[in-house]
This record gives sequence, C-alpha cells and structure tokens, in this order.
Amino acid sequence: MLVELAHVAIIAACLAVAVFYGRYMARVFNGDSNLLTPIIRPVEKIIYRLCGIDEQREMSWKNYLLMLICFEVLGIAFFFMLLMLQGVLPLNPQGLGSFRWDTALNTAFSFVTNTEWQVYSGERDMSYLSQILGVIVQDFLSPAVGLACSVALIRGFVRKNFDTIGNFWVDVTRIVFYIILPLALILAFAIASQGVIQNMNPYVTAKTLEGAEQLIPGGPAAGLIAMQIVCEDGGGFFNVNAVHPFETPTPLSYAFEMCIMLLVPASMCFAFGEMIRNRKIGWALFGAMLALYLLSSPFYLYPEFQGNPILEKLGVAGGMNLEGKEMRFTLFEDMIWTLTSMCPANGSTLVQHDSVLPLSFMGILWNIVVGAPIFGCWGEGIITMLYYFILAMFLGGLMTGRSPEMAGKKIEPREIILAAVSLLSSSLPTLVFTGIAISLPLALAGLNNYGPHGLMEIFYNYASICVNNGSPAAGLTTNTPFYNLTIVVGMAIGRYSTMFTALAIAGSLAKKKIIPMTAATLPVTSPFFIILVVGTVIIVNALQFFPIMMLGPILEHLFMQLGRTF
Amino acid sequence: MMDKNELARDLRACVLLFIVVCVLSIVYTLFINWSTQTIMPYQANGSLLYMNGTVVGSELIGQNFTSQGYFHGRPSAVNYAGNNSGGSNYGPTSAALMEQVRQRIEKVRIDNGLPANATVPADLVLASGSGLDPHISVASAFLQVPRVAKARGLPETDVRALVDRHIEPLQFGIFGQERVNVLKLNMALDELAMSRKR
Repeated sequence: MLVELAHVAIIAACLAVAVFYGRYMARVFNGDSNLLTPIIRPVEKIIYRLCGIDEQREMSWKNYLLMLICFEVLGIAFFFMLLMLQGVLPLNPQGLGSFRWDTALNTAFSFVTNTEWQVYSGERDMSYLSQILGVIVQDFLSPAVGLACSVALIRGFVRKNFDTIGNFWVDVTRIVFYIILPLALILAFAIASQGVIQNMNPYVTAKTLEGAEQLIPGGPAAGLIAMQIVCEDGGGFFNVNAVHPFETPTPLSYAFEMCIMLLVPASMCFAFGEMIRNRKIGWALFGAMLALYLLSSPFYLYPEFQGNPILEKLGVAGGMNLEGKEMRFTLFEDMIWTLTSMCPANGSTLVQHDSVLPLSFMGILWNIVVGAPIFGCWGEGIITMLYYFILAMFLGGLMTGRSPEMAGKKIEPREIILAAVSLLSSSLPTLVFTGIAISLPLALAGLNNYGPHGLMEIFYNYASICVNNGSPAAGLTTNTPFYNLTIVVGMAIGRYSTMFTALAIAGSLAKKKIIPMTAATLPVTSPFFIILVVGTVIIVNALQFFPIMMLGPILEHLFMQLGRTF
Repeated sequence: MMDKNELARDLRACVLLFIVVCVLSIVYTLFINWSTQTIMPYQANGSLLYMNGTVVGSELIGQNFTSQGYFHGRPSAVNYAGNNSGGSNYGPTSAALMEQVRQRIEKVRIDNGLPANATVPADLVLASGSGLDPHISVASAFLQVPRVAKARGLPETDVRALVDRHIEPLQFGIFGQERVNVLKLNMALDELAMSRKR
C-alpha cells in the first residue's frame, strides 16, 4: 500500500510542478522574457531572420488557418516521399525496403496529425533516416502546431476588439525551442541512463547460450522516445511501443516517462489562467480534468486485480492475467501507466491493450472516446475542455435563464455550434467506420479475436485514431488499403475539425468586447459549475457510446464469468 | 485578405521553417548520440553481455531457453526474435489463447515433476507484452530449481543459492517488483557448472 501511495505522490508532485510550468509557458506564448531567454533568444532571432519571419506581424484567424494547412500539407508530402524512397536513401544499415503507398500515406498522416498510429513495425520496416527526418521532425512539429492552435484560442479570450490572433510561425518556433526541446533533452538522458539504446549501428547478431542466433536491434531510440513521451504522441521506436525492454528498460524509466506525459497538458490549464489574468479559471479547467481522471481510475485499478476465472480454472495461480504484461512492472504500475497514458491521448502502451480484462478494456475505451478533454493531446486537450465549458455554460445558462458568458466574453450561437460540431465530429467517423468494417468480410479478415472482443478490436482502433490517440488493439491486422485509407480519413477529421473550429472561435472571440462580471454572470470557477462540466462530458459521451460498450466489454465480461471462449 | 507579397513571404517561411526543424532534428539526434555514446556507451549500445569475447545477448532482451538444464523464460508470441517484438494480442475470452495456456501448463507440470492439479505461476504460461521480456518472477525461478539441478548434476542447494543471488530488488524500494533475469541467471549457471567440472 505504501508503495502504491508513493506512486500517487509522484503523480501529485508532477501536477504541482505543472502549476509553475504553466506560468513559464504563458511567458513563452506572450513572448515575455523567461528563464531560458538568455540561451534561446539569440537562436530564435537567427531563425526569424533566416526564414524571413516578422515577429511583430500578426495574422487573422483565416490566415493563421491557411498557414497551418500549408505547413501540414508540406509535412505530409515530405514524410510520404521519405517513406516511398526509404529503400534508396542512406542511413539504412539493415537495408530495409520502401513502404507501400497506402502504408506510407497512413504513416505520414498519422505523424503529422499527432496520432502516431503505427501500422508499420519500427524495427523491421523503418530506417534510421526515416526515424530522424520523419518521426522526430513531426514529433517537434505536430504537437507544436496543436499547441499553437490552443494558444490562438486563448488569445481569443484575452483580446478585445482585435482582428488578429497571433503569428503562426512565431508560435510554432517558440513552442519547439522553449517547450519541447528542453524537456526532450532532459528526458532523453534520463531514460538513456536506464538502458534505452541510442546508436546508429547495424543490428547485433548474438550467439545465444543454446547456440541459436538472435538479432539485437539498434537505432537512435532514446532521443526519439523522449520526444514521443514529451509530446504525447506515443509513437514508439519499436513495434510494441513502451512495453519493449529497450523503451522502458527499468521501472524507474517508467516513472520518468509517466510524469513527463502529464506535465504539459496539465500546465496548459495554468497557462490559460495566467494569460487571461485569472488564475481561478485555470484551476477550474484543471479541476474538471483531474475529476475526470480520478473518476476513470477505478476501471483501471479494480478489474485487472480480480484475475480471469477461465485462466484460474486451467491452473494459473490466482488467474492472474499476465498475458501482454512484463515482469519489470507490478500490475499496479501497468494500470496506472495505462490510465495516465490514455488520458493525455499519449497512447503509449506498457501492456498489450488487446489482452487486458474486459472491464479494464472498457476503462481504456472510455478514456479514448472521451479522449481529448482529460489533459489531452498538446493543444487538443485544453481546446476540447474549453468546448465542454462552453457547452456546459450554454446548458447552465438555459437552465437558470442567464446569458452565457465566459471570462467576460459573450458565448453566442456561432461559438456553441462550432464547439458542438467539433465535439461530435470525432465520434461520427468512429461509429460509421466501425459499422462499415464489421459488415465487410475483407475488414473482418484481419481479426485476431472473435466474439465481443473482435467487435471491440475494430471499434477500439477507429476510436483511437479519430481522437488522435493512436494506441492500438494490436491484434487487428490493419496494414491493408481498406484500413489504411479509412484510418487516414478518420485521423484527418479528428485533428482538423478541432483545429478549424478552435481558430474560427478564436477569431470571433477576439473581435468581441469584454463585459465586466455582474451578479447575473454564471461563475465558471464555482465548484457547482465544474460538476456541471464533468456531468456534461460524461453524459455526452455515454449517450453516444453506451450501446457499443454493452455489446463489447460488458458482454465479454459476462461471458468470461461464465467461462465461455470464442 | 493578405496581399500577394505577404503570401509569398509566408510560404517561404513555411518551407524554410520546415527545413530548420529538419536540421534541428538531425542536430538533436547527433548530440544525444554523441553524448550518450561518450557518457554511457554500455546502455547506449544495448546493454550487451559478452562471454569469451562474443556477444551472447542483451541484459534487457530475453532469449529462448528450451533445454532442461537452463531456466526457462516466459512464453513469447514472436519466439524471442529481437527484430520483431510483439505480443499475442489474444483477449481474455480467446479460445486460441486458452488452448495455448492449457498446453503450456501441462508442459510446465511434466518438466518440473509437479502433480497434475498444481497451480503454475502466471508469468510462466502467459506470453509477455513485448515477446522479449528478460525476466521471470521469483516463484517461477524457484519452481525450476529441482529440474535444472537434476539436469546439470548440481546440488539443489547450490542452484537455489544462485537464484537467491540473482533476485533483482525493487528500484529504490518503490519501483517495480522482485524478479529474476533469466539470461544472467543462466550465464551464472554455466559458470557454476564449469567451475565444478574443473
């Protein structure tokens, strides 16, 4: 029990750091001097001169969006070409071939949209050059672009009677250099010291004790894994992601990674409070996220410890479900990581999600479909939570007959419609594509499990990509043109619906004036309002996904109790 | 709307900033590569273990042991292929998984001379997440002691003491669980057997 409490204390300490880190981030976004200014500012200036960026010039929301689209298209095109030409490019000591076109397109989209859905196997398919110029470049850029959008939205709340919401290039540059780079460097050394590999050597052939041969993979893993943990993308260097002993070699490396995962998404709440000069709102956002995080924890911390009765009957001690888990970590560590990695949509897997017990699986699914607002991806988390605030404000305003306002900004039909569209747009492709896939024999051919679990495998994967989580229920074979292309569409809808609406709302909010608080204003910082927000999140998602949860994990749980297999 | 000049300038910024980040990624990787190779070459190169000058494996990557004279690791869905990590991805109601587990339990019982209704530690019959798990639980290691000792012709107490010495504790008393690294244990076992022969 003491050991478990120590883990909880570590997470709490990390969240406490987030309070201060949020203030640092706010200074970065505002362009104020901060701790790292003396070191990074000269580099920043050189980059602006080199790229012809005028720091002072600001953009309207439409221009901001246009630039964002240009940047994303360039990123996708570059990554796609890199993978198509991988076979003839250098830094490929294993002589790996080029990607098939649909796999390449899927991979390019997946990294640019910060989903990190990995249809390829890292150590078998991707050369060191593609890892560096493809994955690491997008590990810098995709979270930076996401965060930039949320910063633009925050500016919409801060500004009054403005037409502009910031400069896209300046935002991206600052996020890359002030926020991503320092964290990644620290984490890279921390995990490398624990045994994460970092080299450019060809794979080593070992002669095992029994005389067989075993390939020990190499590669620039530490730098890449540090990036993927910091940036919530969860796209590991190796096929099995964080569960690979070269990615999380010791239990301590697990703790490092878990803390860093939560840091930036939690800090964004406080950065918001700081920028809007109302720290209470930051705490309100954080409180809602934390409440949802804690509310989902029983799904992770209870069912897995009950064991699987079918295994117990076969003679496994205690029916302990260790399938897909590693012996370095306790069951508690496995599950708390899974909770922490699913909430910020990191999607890094320390256990094989396909193999956990049904009720834990439901918890994971719940955090995927609720997805973004519980800390969430870089940028997407805070944006989605703000949408739920807007939605709850609308509901609360209707119930009590007050005009909805947030932080002095009047919330009008345009904002409410955009927020609602964004919140529904990730679940629509999830359900539609799942429906199509389960009626197509060519899609069902990829299943690894049958019965309710098979349905969940398909549903899980579409849910995961549509909220840009990217963790897999890896049993399903998805490297087929059907899955690759539908997944590309899902990822694009999930990501760009959030960004488009965020910038549109930012634009319209920035134009509005700020109304002073009166007694008639519904206070967003009151505990009652936070309960309303949490309730809204739960109800909106439960209405959409409860039927499929019944057909999936709940049914499977009942079958498991009966000892039925498929 | 923005004028043509501004658009051209922004598009140039788009391409140039992208190139800057590409350069940054290369510099970042090279810097970490150089410094980890300098400060901690053992870890950076894969924690490789040598015996008589040849690589026998990595401390962190499990390998396949099938003979009776070695401690066995966990089942692996990819047969311990180092360049092809993977789990079985079988769900908790998978008939295929249960059939595998039934066969593995039977084999563990026969190999180790356990009664037909004995329970077996879960890690010894359920496949690991990566397929490369280098560890087994302490219970699984002790369970194999009589078999290994008999196959090697070593006294059971010596083998038991060897396992005792190879129990890895919790990191800083709070992280992880007690476990045994199978490859290291088997290397020590080979050494022990060798020294007895002399």
